[in-house]
Amino acid sequence: MPARLKYTAHRPRRYVKGMPIFWWVRKWNYSRFILRELSSVAVAAYAVVLILLVRAVAAGPAEYHEFMEVFQSPGSIGLNIVALAFVLFHAVTWFNLAPKAMVIRVGKTVVPPLVIAGMNYAAWFSVSAVIAWILMGP
Amino acid sequence: MMNADTIKLEVFRYHPDGDGQPSFDTYDVPFSPDWVILDALNYVKDHIDGTLTFRWSCRMGVCGSCGMMVDGTPVLTCAAFCRKYAPGPVRIEPLANFPVIRDLVIDMDDFVEKLGRVKPWIIPEHEKPLSEGEYLQSPEQLADFKQYSMCINCLLCYSACPVYGIEPGFIGPAALALGQRYNLDSRDAGVDVRRDVLAADDGIWECTLVGECSEVCPKGVDPAGAIQRLKVSSTNHWWKSVLMPWAGKEK
Repeated sequence: MPARLKYTAHRPRRYVKGMPIFWWVRKWNYSRFILRELSSVAVAAYAVVLILLVRAVAAGPAEYHEFMEVFQSPGSIGLNIVALAFVLFHAVTWFNLAPKAMVIRVGKTVVPPLVIAGMNYAAWFSVSAVIAWILMGP
Repeated sequence: MMNADTIKLEVFRYHPDGDGQPSFDTYDVPFSPDWVILDALNYVKDHIDGTLTFRWSCRMGVCGSCGMMVDGTPVLTCAAFCRKYAPGPVRIEPLANFPVIRDLVIDMDDFVEKLGRVKPWIIPEHEKPLSEGEYLQSPEQLADFKQYSMCINCLLCYSACPVYGIEPGFIGPAALALGQRYNLDSRDAGVDVRRDVLAADDGIWECTLVGECSEVCPKGVDPAGAIQRLKVSSTNHWWKSVLMPWAGKEK
């Protein structure tokens, strides 16, 4: 077998178009993907806030109240609402995609995707209810 | 064709011997209600401009060769009805993310090379002689992988995949889905042989689950799902190898 021919005359130059920087605004599905990826920042921010909160609690009541005051400013509340929206978007898109990765077979039948997503939502709501119950007191 | 509706096509033109820049030519094409974009392109080639170059063969969504960008979305032009886009203008371009050879014809060498890498064929545990008969399979075992075997290599998924557009080294949706198709086949024992390719950095882990590959697939293959399932099985395999290094090879 001869080595692969590298034509210049009969295998002429190709036209290659690069990806535009704003490829993700072209279509809602692409924008939704970028928003989903971006929502990870809000998830990470919540994790950081939680760690800082634990530190403030450990440092005593004065530190804790100072910490809570920071979060009562209008700017902070606004930021929290945006972050909450992102985290909810993150959770919903994640649970909706779960059936893609999980194909569970029971006997001869495959568990329908809706049931798998439903179980994820059920677990989410149950854990949220338990946490709400703990926070608000029995 | 008297009294027929017309559709305005804006067709991407590129000639490799030209100045290296593409252009768009506009054609007004009369069409009847049962015409698809591919029919309109053939009308242009037969009656208006014989130099227009594009691939097609079966006209029935099986051969996978007439994929093009129609108004920015990758579709099989044999399945895209003119009446949906009329009166236009409708923009016809070659599949995105691939080098263009001429007009609407793309260079698919990259895909063909990657497809070979995932070893998309049955690798049986033991080759058995013909006298022992067929490799039997139950309907349930067939159902495990059947949807992935519907792939016609039309490359619409590669065109829809921004990851492939940005990282051309990515093995890509169709090739990964076909790797998974054989991994899931009860007659196959090639999981370990394919793992180095499928679970590599330029394999499943390059995928960020945009999911558009499955949206545009004309055969309902769901490559995005195949890749996520591969991620799960690859992760399970890694954990098993770390926690139970003594355990045998898993299927």
